[in-house]
Amino acid sequence: MSKIKSASQLVELKNKYAAEILLRNTTETPVVSDAEPVGTVKKHVLVCSDTGCLAAEGSAIYDALVSEVKNKGLENEVDIVKTGCFGFCEPGPCVKVMPDDVSYMRVSAKDAEEIVTSHLQGGKYVERLFFKDPRNEKLISKQNEIPFYKDQVRIALRNCGLIDAARIEEYIAQDGYQALSKAIFDMASDEICTLVKDSNLRGRGGGGFPAGTKWQHTMRSPGEKKYVICNADEGDPGAFMDRAILFGDPHSVLEAMAICGRAIGADEGVIYIRAEYPKEVKRLEYSIKQAEEMGLLGENILGSDFSFKISLTLGAGAFVCGESTALLNSAQGERGEPRNKPPRTADKGLWYKPTSLNNVETFACVPPIILKGAEWFKSIGTQSSPGTKIFALAGKINNVGLVEVPMGISLRKVIEDIGGGIKGGKKIKAVQTGGPSGGCIPEDLLDIPVDFESLDSVGSMMGSGGMIVLDEDDCMVNVAKFYMDFIVDESCGKCTPCRVGTKRLLEILEKITTGLGTEDDLKELESLSNVVMSTSLCGLGQSAPNPVMSTLKYFKDEYIAHVRDKICPSGACAHMARYSILEDKCIGCTVCVKVCPVDCISGERKALHVIDQDKCIKCGACMDRCNFDAIIRR
Amino acid sequence: MAEKNKCGQDCVQLSEIDVFIDKLEQQGSLEGKLIAILHKAQEILGYLPEEVQSHIARRLSLPPAKVYGVVSFYSYFSMIPKGKYVINVCMGTACFVVGADKILEEFEKQLGIKAGQTTPDRQFSLYALRCVGACGLAPVVVINEKMHGKVTLKDVSRIIDEYKEGDGR
Amino acid sequence: MEKTETTKVNITINDIKIAANKGDSVLDAAKQAGIKIPHLCYLNMHDLEVLNRPAACRVCMVEQDDGRNGKLVPACATFVYEGMTIKTNSMNALNARRTVVELLLSDHPSDCLLCVKNLNCDLQRFAMELGIKTIHYEGETTEFEMDMSSKTVVKDSNKCILCRRCEAVCANVQSVGVLSGVGRGFSTTVATAFNKPLIETECTFCGQCVAVCPTGALTGFSNTRAIWEVLADPDKYVVVQVAPAVRAALGELFGYPAGISSTGKMVAALRRLGFDKVLDTNFAADVTIMEESTELMSRVKEGGKLPLICSCCPSWIKFCEHQYPDLLDHPSSCKSPQEMFGALAKSYLAQKLDVDPKKIVCVSIMPCLAKKYEASREELSNDGLPNVDMVLSTRELGRMIKEAGISFEHLPNEKFDSIMGQSSGAADIFGTTGGVLEALLRSYYERSTGKTLEKLEFESLRGFKDIGIKEAVIEIDGTEIKVAVAHELRNARILLDEIREGKSAYHAIEIMACPGGCIAGGGQPFHHSSEEILNKRREVLYNEDKVKALRRSHENPEVLALYEEFLGEPNSEKAHERLHTTYVKRGV
Repeated sequence: MSKIKSASQLVELKNKYAAEILLRNTTETPVVSDAEPVGTVKKHVLVCSDTGCLAAEGSAIYDALVSEVKNKGLENEVDIVKTGCFGFCEPGPCVKVMPDDVSYMRVSAKDAEEIVTSHLQGGKYVERLFFKDPRNEKLISKQNEIPFYKDQVRIALRNCGLIDAARIEEYIAQDGYQALSKAIFDMASDEICTLVKDSNLRGRGGGGFPAGTKWQHTMRSPGEKKYVICNADEGDPGAFMDRAILFGDPHSVLEAMAICGRAIGADEGVIYIRAEYPKEVKRLEYSIKQAEEMGLLGENILGSDFSFKISLTLGAGAFVCGESTALLNSAQGERGEPRNKPPRTADKGLWYKPTSLNNVETFACVPPIILKGAEWFKSIGTQSSPGTKIFALAGKINNVGLVEVPMGISLRKVIEDIGGGIKGGKKIKAVQTGGPSGGCIPEDLLDIPVDFESLDSVGSMMGSGGMIVLDEDDCMVNVAKFYMDFIVDESCGKCTPCRVGTKRLLEILEKITTGLGTEDDLKELESLSNVVMSTSLCGLGQSAPNPVMSTLKYFKDEYIAHVRDKICPSGACAHMARYSILEDKCIGCTVCVKVCPVDCISGERKALHVIDQDKCIKCGACMDRCNFDAIIRR
Repeated sequence: MAEKNKCGQDCVQLSEIDVFIDKLEQQGSLEGKLIAILHKAQEILGYLPEEVQSHIARRLSLPPAKVYGVVSFYSYFSMIPKGKYVINVCMGTACFVVGADKILEEFEKQLGIKAGQTTPDRQFSLYALRCVGACGLAPVVVINEKMHGKVTLKDVSRIIDEYKEGDGR
Repeated sequence: MEKTETTKVNITINDIKIAANKGDSVLDAAKQAGIKIPHLCYLNMHDLEVLNRPAACRVCMVEQDDGRNGKLVPACATFVYEGMTIKTNSMNALNARRTVVELLLSDHPSDCLLCVKNLNCDLQRFAMELGIKTIHYEGETTEFEMDMSSKTVVKDSNKCILCRRCEAVCANVQSVGVLSGVGRGFSTTVATAFNKPLIETECTFCGQCVAVCPTGALTGFSNTRAIWEVLADPDKYVVVQVAPAVRAALGELFGYPAGISSTGKMVAALRRLGFDKVLDTNFAADVTIMEESTELMSRVKEGGKLPLICSCCPSWIKFCEHQYPDLLDHPSSCKSPQEMFGALAKSYLAQKLDVDPKKIVCVSIMPCLAKKYEASREELSNDGLPNVDMVLSTRELGRMIKEAGISFEHLPNEKFDSIMGQSSGAADIFGTTGGVLEALLRSYYERSTGKTLEKLEFESLRGFKDIGIKEAVIEIDGTEIKVAVAHELRNARILLDEIREGKSAYHAIEIMACPGGCIAGGGQPFHHSSEEILNKRREVLYNEDKVKALRRSHENPEVLALYEEFLGEPNSEKAHERLHTTYVKRGV
């Protein structure tokens, strides 16, 4: 592949490649081109090849489709395309046929033959693979009619599930690297910073700091050598949007980093990525190589005097390295312990040089902003939080998956409309946002808009965008304990409040969830939380007590039940659980008697069995083994 | 420079690490490359024994304590050999709320080891992992590179057997 | 006054208006205003460029009025700016500080009474000052094994509060890096590579980690009990020697301000403790100069290995053995004064006193912890007897004096015993950086030229403010002799790298591991990072030199008698056998 040497060459290429993917044009994911379709290909079959779908079937579906198409001699008419994440993980693996806009769900390799013969050859859609709305059993074939997709607006995920990201051509077809071209040839450094600043694009990694301000500060910070860092150390439990972008649209991040480099005066970029994401690491390595070969990264980009190279640095399994200053130390090959701020990263970052550090999703928003302008971006979302935000919907929700929604949408809409409500008809109790740094928002606050300020004001935070839905079976004290356990595990150990303070908080929570807590413990939980928040060195410790504080605030009654009445209302705290046998369901099969390790169940064969509460160690073995659902935990 | 060791398998592997370090050195400074080198060494050896850490320290002119400090900080690095199959039970929130802790317990019970340990026959190592980003499949268990989704308690013994018998393919 | 105004910023601390120096931390500024803020991890010795500011302990939290609700910031790492408003005593700040110290205590043994740092521990002091009476947050504590392997530096990580001062000093000041933060989270600790015992590491035992440790996590190994035992043993003849830097600091342990020489009271105290002979390492320092100047002369004349590097400091010697094993032909073959003294005590002195050398127990009082290690080196022995049997630090001597109930302030000034008690002023200055070379030059010049050196003070080799490497040139019979002095091993490294690269222009080099030399040794009274104290100790030594009639080693009558009666010539075969040694290639 030869190097692209000018802006106009890039435009020519774009038109050429756009024609090749024109078949995938839809209103939600428009293919940007004035070109006419070319060639003999009539159908594109898009196969989600990201983690969720891949895990279920591996590449078997893709392979089966390819071989079926070959068997039927359709190679010249049908392209099978491996794409990034469609977002809708719950009913995966997903396949979409274009331009028919027919989405198939829960596809397996053995469905390939039917899809090819019936749909691709015969023109008859495979209805049994359509999405079935759980609420009304209605079959839906068009993606934009599926409630999950209805309210979504895709900016950062614009190419995910649409293009084969392993082919830079498809990215170029989608206006790829046009923003960089514009930044190099038509804009001054300061203009780029100002544009990003005007768009009020705020950091999607958690803090919400305006990216443009950061860029401008770094640009103005004196120094010859500067760095651009992409924080791809996504680690919040329950968040996987960055991973999806890196796999499904890596060039959007590479392009944005180069734009940032151009803006701040850096010639080097580093992507700090989790080692737990090997697939994405490979994809990035490959994409960087592709971009370099085409002259879109490396020396004299697009024939200009701007040079920018990008390298990868792998993390090694430390959550704290998502914190920017810890990341810097880790990227320097050291222990990932945070630095005190000031100095700011913009002044003294990587190797103590001015550095602009932004997160994957933030970067992914940059190219469209450069091309479409600040006003366009601000027209989406709210005034203080413009644009969109990706959330990873998970937990007790029907439609698990990645959603990108305009800021300001209500939490309830995200959960009930897009997310399809709670699994198994249970009652929603709370939504956890922001991971270990965030908080639990109770059901009655679900009408708040999703933006940085609103989430902060209810004691949670945007965080990186994990959104875990909790139902009546979840114990909020236990959830707080889960997060604190995570923090204790991941605290770097450098500063006292985080190292010792979070450990003590966890110990208090353990006391409470094992029935040994007192009301004084609740007071200590609160006062220690306050000190940990106000004295910890870095964001990890400063936000670590958020799950505790927010549950204490909104679910105090559950804490009280644990410490005063010594019961866990949801039954989730094993040590406080009370197992009992239901008279109407027990048939006296004696299985429970046999599995009980402490012989605390008695009863004759074919007669009601009884658990001796004093002896019971609450292991739950009896309940797990009962075939008649006769044992319950309260 | 690379020291001559009592030769054998270890020596071959050390020289493999040296080749990697030499390559990095040719590309530029070795400054800041410690973690990358440790990754490579662990990829080659499966773990990072003392001698290897000391060797890397010498190559990078770093005090061995510094290398050890880094190795012991990151959970990805291990100083004990891992089993043939590394079972990672995802403990992300999405998995946790659907019972990942119980799944982990079940693996512990069936393998007779605790999380972080390896079976005496070095077949299995068991770990609790941070979110792997496959929340749609919660609870998730990753074994070597293969992902097992929506794992139930009853699946645990089947999964273990699959690896015991079928060598995991 | 315009000039000063530009370097000042106006800030308010606790409603007091202060013109603070630009670039100062809140902690510095508060100190100027007489406001104390407790701190544990922060360590800053400006003149010596020793800095540890991880902002990790979070004990120095103060409230900064940021125009909104006021936030807590670490005073050590927050810098003053015009119009800044700080409260160090708000409820919020006090509560935060108290809680943080409580958290530290919740993972710390509470056996203060039995701790060697009792009443010398910063954590203990702050806990008291903050009025902590209960620990609200009890829970799991970390458990570590104690490392006494070196019998020099004792590491008890159970008492470690992770201030990381030791790590910073070891890595940044000494460029050794034996210690690192290890592990993560609650179980984080500061440890050696693979948790090896210190004796198996490249530790030089300089003891600077001990000098800066705010708690009892790093302390000197104690020999006091063993000494009491030999003192009580009628079959032993216990000889004690005292290094120069000890007398410059001992008084501090008894409430005297720094800068008072306590030679006379120290000698009296040692006598009252029951030592059979109270003698002076200074005597051996003079002998060292005789041997070393002769060695330098022959190396210069006969084209021997140059530069010659003084070998008095055992910490530097071990550093060289580990880090520069290829340069081990550079250090002088002379034993250190402590060891020379021991070698002579068990031969020359034994002969003179007619005591069986086997009965002699040679005890030394040293400002240094590495001397304990040095005494244990096998090659530092003659006739199957170790040259030195036991080493006490200055602090241990202080403890023994207190233990014996001796009222230090009431002691008379007494004189060292003879023989091996007389010394020149040149020997006194061994205790501070530059002193050995100054002493060497005095004798080297006069012995090789036969002329009198008019100005004995080599000012360019003195002091340590903002300078790690000092130089001097002296002309001897038309030849320029160039010398250099380094203190702190990071500075030694610069000189050693030059030698390794063949670029060294020096004939002789003095290296002392500790910042400022032996006056700041790891066995000295804690200076609590006060450079003022170190400067005063240094003054004591230069004063001792200045007021002595005898200021040249080669004029010491007792030394001259030693050669005449026992050794013959400097560097004679007998001198070599008793007073010179060899080194071990160790590597890392």
